[in-house]
Amino acid sequence: MKRTDIMKIVLISCYFLFIAISFFLKFNPGKEIGQNFSSFSVDMVKVLPCAFLLIGLFEVWVKRETVERHFGEKSGIRGYVWAVLLAGTIVGPLYVALPVAHSLYRKGARLSVIFTYIGASAICRIPMTIFEASFLGIKFTMIRLLVSIPLVIVSSIVLGNYLVGSDYEIMEGK
Amino acid sequence: MYYLHIVTLLALVISLLVNRKKTLKAARIALKRFLAILPAFLIMLILVSVVLFLLPDKLITQYLGSENILTGVLCGSLFGSITLMPGFIAFPLCGILLKKGVLYMVLSAFTTTLMMVGVLSFPIEKAYFGTKVTILRNSLSFLTALVVAVMTGVFFGEIF
Repeated sequence: MKRTDIMKIVLISCYFLFIAISFFLKFNPGKEIGQNFSSFSVDMVKVLPCAFLLIGLFEVWVKRETVERHFGEKSGIRGYVWAVLLAGTIVGPLYVALPVAHSLYRKGARLSVIFTYIGASAICRIPMTIFEASFLGIKFTMIRLLVSIPLVIVSSIVLGNYLVGSDYEIMEGK
Repeated sequence: MYYLHIVTLLALVISLLVNRKKTLKAARIALKRFLAILPAFLIMLILVSVVLFLLPDKLITQYLGSENILTGVLCGSLFGSITLMPGFIAFPLCGILLKKGVLYMVLSAFTTTLMMVGVLSFPIEKAYFGTKVTILRNSLSFLTALVVAVMTGVFFGEIF
């Protein structure tokens, strides 16, 4: 086991010990933190199993060539369009988009398309956009989308090209 | 949220009908991937629970409503970057803030960074993309959010 792994285990155990003691001694800040933890955990438990199952199905069923054709080096501008459309239909925040993006990359998508996908999944998920427009108005949402989508694509291209030039290797997800 | 569950269920059923073996393999891949990233998720949850305790809604409301546009936008983008809240909490909160007179551009800075910049999801992003890329991507997203906020301000006639 690496040193960083041991550090993580110690940190996580200390945290849970702190929460347990807080509940036992009725220490309010600790109790409140524990409640925050549990309410967010419930949110994640609702989303994550589905997200990872879909990733599993994706890895089994979708051929590498298909991903390469639509998201790879030769996909040109279509790759970005696909990335934005795919991101728009997906549910779940940044932490769901990250493993999906990783999976796409392993199947041969190019880096700038991956970053476009991550950025777009943050800003233009359809269910969320509808929700936003109903609280803040359609004008607000339209301005936000029209300004941010081009910016996301441009900055993804810049970041992707920079990394390709510097022999970047993606991690294993651990 | 139900939308995701329906899609997953449909995909699973279709996959099972077409090929059981492949579906089982998919489930195994799903489990393996999930367990590999689980520690990073736990650390993120821990960070979220502590930060939300230190930065309650009331404090956020107070700072976003600041009279000074610059302070408002900066606070909005900082809060948006370091907090992590689901859209179904964030947008109603913004709706309330709007009625209280908070500027559109401040709300834009807040929601855009909330969605694009993830200081608390750093452990997860780092596990997949490494430290350098995570920092670069988040910094670029932060700048993007500031541009979006300024443009929102221009279109709503809040500046210039």
